[in-house]
Amino acid sequence: MEKFHTLTAVVAPIDRANVDTDAIIPKQFLKSIKRSGFGQYLFDEWRFLDHGEPGMDSSKRQPNPEFVLNQPRYRGAQILVARANFGCGSSREHAPWALQDYGFRVIIAPSFADIFFNNCFKIGLLPIVLDSKILDLIFVEVAMHPGYQLTVDLQNQSVSTPDHKLFEFEIDIFRKHCLLNGLDEIGLTLQHADKIKAFEDKRREQQPWLFA
Amino acid sequence: MQTLYDKLWDQHIVPTESTDAGSMSLIYIDRHLVHEVTSPQAFESLKLAGRKPWRLNSILAVADHNVPTTDRSDGIQDPISRLQVDTLDQNCDELGITQFKMNDLRQGIVHVIGPEQGATLPGMTVVCGDSHTSTHGAFGCLAFGIGTSEVEHVLATQCLLIKKSKTMHVVVEGQLGLGVTAKDIALAIIGKIGTAGGTGYAIEFAGSAIRELSMEGRMTLCNMAIEAGARAGMVAVDDTTINYIKGRPFAPQGEMWERAVTYWKTLHSEPEAVFDRTVTLDAAQIKPQVTWGTSPEMVTTIDGTVPDPARVTDEVKRKDMQHALNYMGLKANMPIQQITVDKVFIGSCTNSRIEDLRAAAQVVKNKKIAANIKLAMVVPGSGLVKQQAEQEGLDKIFTKAGFEWREPGCSMCLAMNDDRLNPGERCASTSNRNFEGRQGSGGRTHLVSPAMAAAAAIAGHFVDVRKMNG
Repeated sequence: MEKFHTLTAVVAPIDRANVDTDAIIPKQFLKSIKRSGFGQYLFDEWRFLDHGEPGMDSSKRQPNPEFVLNQPRYRGAQILVARANFGCGSSREHAPWALQDYGFRVIIAPSFADIFFNNCFKIGLLPIVLDSKILDLIFVEVAMHPGYQLTVDLQNQSVSTPDHKLFEFEIDIFRKHCLLNGLDEIGLTLQHADKIKAFEDKRREQQPWLFA
Repeated sequence: MQTLYDKLWDQHIVPTESTDAGSMSLIYIDRHLVHEVTSPQAFESLKLAGRKPWRLNSILAVADHNVPTTDRSDGIQDPISRLQVDTLDQNCDELGITQFKMNDLRQGIVHVIGPEQGATLPGMTVVCGDSHTSTHGAFGCLAFGIGTSEVEHVLATQCLLIKKSKTMHVVVEGQLGLGVTAKDIALAIIGKIGTAGGTGYAIEFAGSAIRELSMEGRMTLCNMAIEAGARAGMVAVDDTTINYIKGRPFAPQGEMWERAVTYWKTLHSEPEAVFDRTVTLDAAQIKPQVTWGTSPEMVTTIDGTVPDPARVTDEVKRKDMQHALNYMGLKANMPIQQITVDKVFIGSCTNSRIEDLRAAAQVVKNKKIAANIKLAMVVPGSGLVKQQAEQEGLDKIFTKAGFEWREPGCSMCLAMNDDRLNPGERCASTSNRNFEGRQGSGGRTHLVSPAMAAAAAIAGHFVDVRKMNG
């Protein structure tokens, strides 16, 4: 997993609540057995006027000029600001894969769906929860200033604006540690392999039917 | 005084004495269900890292999302779908994982076959790379959906590092009206608390109306917990649970059965247990539900009307409503019963079990689908459900009425196979999500119970199943 320290980048807004994982990456693209290449199909139904199928070259398709990510001012955006309950719906990790592959490294919203939120950390995509009033303010600023950027500092747990407003965010200490150091969680867990084995042995003795 | 969730949580903590884990705990996983869509990348990474599955007999695999529901003798036609299913077959064969292949009678939707086989047992932690894993909580388990990285983590370590949820008690007291089902309870709850109402919580469903539900009904309810935002839903173990499990292939037998039952009977919240949040509903007040929008919380009753965004003060909410109505091709204040449908889908991990098919068959018996219905299909949840239904003659009732009787799988719940809506088509569906494009690009989904979907097929529009003459 890639390390995350600080990022200053252009912000793109998705001004809708309950953006679901079917919208982030439609199901036809889930047939892939690979982990990469989902970025070109991110928000496929909203981003393109024609219907997308796996294997299509999205650079040759018909973009929907009205969709926010197709507007030149948001080109190169690495921070996505969104509304409540972002990422609701399915457990597909393809959704964070698509966002990351497209170029996003941070998503800021007033709330996230649990599974999506969790999945983001596993791949080094940072989901940040800020109060909805702060997000209202950011949405207004983004609309007013083309090329609007935010700075995210993970170590200090802060998001700062070009006019030096600073908003702090919460993050679990373990997740922060993993992101800052780009750690492989499986490797960390396997350091406890003997303890897992001991737990399992005890469990097998107490509830043998679970191990039949 | 512990809640059921607290008991399940405590039972599975692997003590690590680790100080840098923050609020995360290492939780042991008893049952790992695997399907073809969310597993290939996990198996690939596991292999690349030179790791092997920790405990093979914890895993049960099946392909359900990509399988055709029509004649399977020629295999899967779509090469990309076929590759995904073949990849699961190869991974399972290579590693020695128990799998029900496409032509196995036991094949079906992963959340139907787990309980059907007795592979889902009370007191277990059950995970699957699928958000509807919450279904299995109906058996007094801690069951929740995970992403592909976590699938790999469970394969490699038999554990997950997770944060404990808050607890929500959803209490439904009283008696359900005739024609009102677990699906209607689920949608009524989501209508009340919203699709994010359960975010961060594990929900325990309780109360006399829940105790009266069959296991099929409890599974429908727990299945939809995720649509209320809760990763896990659960129901305490009682005689209904134990009677359902008895004699199933993976269930314990003989002396082991007695030991297991003694333990399972402790799997309930203590009377004085405190929940972080409690929500109550009066079962008698719940009417058949129909969703009108593009989120399961956009729901009303069959005697209701499409809501009017003009009456909503919150700006984000109003815009979302307007957007949903445009997508759905509906007008504000239109009576729900005037909405005509093009297709009817009875199936999915929410509503494809034998009881669901019986309820729908009862409605369509000796009737014909309306002339405006382009397709009405029944997709049983598993080969065994299909077989049981055929033994009861339900397939004949459906086909005589004009329904198609299909092979088991996820089918048009998410349209990864050939079963889908065309742009603009409207569907009465017993599935779990009415998101934009969920059942096919541009398709319009209305979530309902099996009886209500059947009634819509006969009438050609939504109709109150309670008022249909027998």
